[in-house]
Amino acid sequence: MIEIKNLNKTFGDRHVVKDVSFNFHPGKTNLIIGESGCGKTTILKLMVGLHQLDGGQILYDGRDFPVLPPAGKQEIRQQIGMLFQAGALFDSQTVEENVRFPLDMFTNLSRAEKDDRVNFCLAKVKLEGRNHLYPAELSGGMKKRAALARAIANNPKYLFCDEPNSGLDPKTSIIIDTLIKDLTEEFNMTTIIITHDMNSVVEIGENIMFIYKGENWWTGNKKNILQRSNEELFNFVFASDFMKSIFSAANENAKHSFKP
Amino acid sequence: MKPFFHLGRYFMLMGRVLSKPQKASVYWRQIIHEINTIGITSLPIVAIISVFMGGIITIQAAFGFTSPLVPLYAIGFTTRESILLEFSPTIVCLILAGKVGSNIASEIGSMRITEQIDALEIMGVNSAGYLIFPKIAAAVLIFPFLIAISMFLGIWGGYFMGVAAGACSSYEYIFGIQAFFDPWKLYYSFTKVLVFAYIITSVSSYFGYYTNGGALEVGKSSTNAVVYSSILILLFGLILTNLFLNQ
Repeated sequence: MIEIKNLNKTFGDRHVVKDVSFNFHPGKTNLIIGESGCGKTTILKLMVGLHQLDGGQILYDGRDFPVLPPAGKQEIRQQIGMLFQAGALFDSQTVEENVRFPLDMFTNLSRAEKDDRVNFCLAKVKLEGRNHLYPAELSGGMKKRAALARAIANNPKYLFCDEPNSGLDPKTSIIIDTLIKDLTEEFNMTTIIITHDMNSVVEIGENIMFIYKGENWWTGNKKNILQRSNEELFNFVFASDFMKSIFSAANENAKHSFKP
Repeated sequence: MKPFFHLGRYFMLMGRVLSKPQKASVYWRQIIHEINTIGITSLPIVAIISVFMGGIITIQAAFGFTSPLVPLYAIGFTTRESILLEFSPTIVCLILAGKVGSNIASEIGSMRITEQIDALEIMGVNSAGYLIFPKIAAAVLIFPFLIAISMFLGIWGGYFMGVAAGACSSYEYIFGIQAFFDPWKLYYSFTKVLVFAYIITSVSSYFGYYTNGGALEVGKSSTNAVVYSSILILLFGLILTNLFLNQ
């Protein structure tokens, strides 16, 4: 399990993350949602050690990650798979080489065993037969799937996804979301997803933290996020007037249908 | 520029680069790949420049030695000395700083801005070691061969072009390139090459690794890599020359 306690981060005089605490549940898809620039990605980068923390704790199964010695940090990082916003596939390597990379670095598997694992991961993300393509030859959705295959190659305990749907059409977004959810359940990973895509939220949001101006403003799940319990959250979820009118109409219908 | 900041950060980066490799087999594979990228692909430019420069030095020497008191074999001797002492080790390395240095800085810089280096770090890979060490090792291994080829081609380019242009006879040139040869000068030349190989790859990698921003910054890193590598090559060239040749 991952817990964050009282995370704080400032950049110059900007207080970007303010006392954020949250528990990420194992085997579930945990979502961090919020407007652009609210501090979601900063929280994720703090959690994986790409930014230095100003205050607070990040506990991986009780071990405080930021204060661990380098060997301890490396041990935890080897249990992390990460899907970057743009994929971050290695340009000079084929899809197969990208997926094999963590296996080459951290395992002593034989060549045949590595090939089996690579093919297994590519099959999981439905990229069979694309082994020898370079990232430049892939579509946006395929890049994300290849990056996902690389992220799960080393059988990680924790999966971090930074806006996995950005730049994708709604249909491909749902395919990626479903893939992440299925992999999370199958491999019992603790998955943390940064998103502002509402389709993702209502599709796979099992444990949600809404960040507003750097603070943990609301926590819940996909079932209770559509209730008008919080003004800022409501404005985020139903951002357009059109969506607000649909929400109002749906509420009216519900009232009438429940009239005795 | 903040020289002490950059110097400190450079040495801290080198500390990470020269730490124990995480997986020797992966590093070795990378070194082989870099030998091809850095060394073999540089061979055509090195060969072309060396042949022509050898010819130019020979013809210029012949043009300058008009006095009947200077023997004609001095043309071959001058060409050999110029090529062995300065042209191949220093000028060719300056050219390689342009080709290899900008390539390294832009490659690593692009990896930085597209989060590929972050991806390595999150996997638990020592990104500095994995990306930079093989480039330094490859350059230190392959540059002496490139420079040896440059020396050979430069001297023989001088021979063919000098004789073809009627600047000197074949016999005088061959006599000249063998005259008063001191092998110590080769130690000096190849020591310079090893130092320059390290400077080009490490300085360029440093600028690439700390690229921050977008495509414009990658271009700036690439330019900085070439400028600072060239300045350091000249500076260390002077220091080594003083150490080796100043009696």
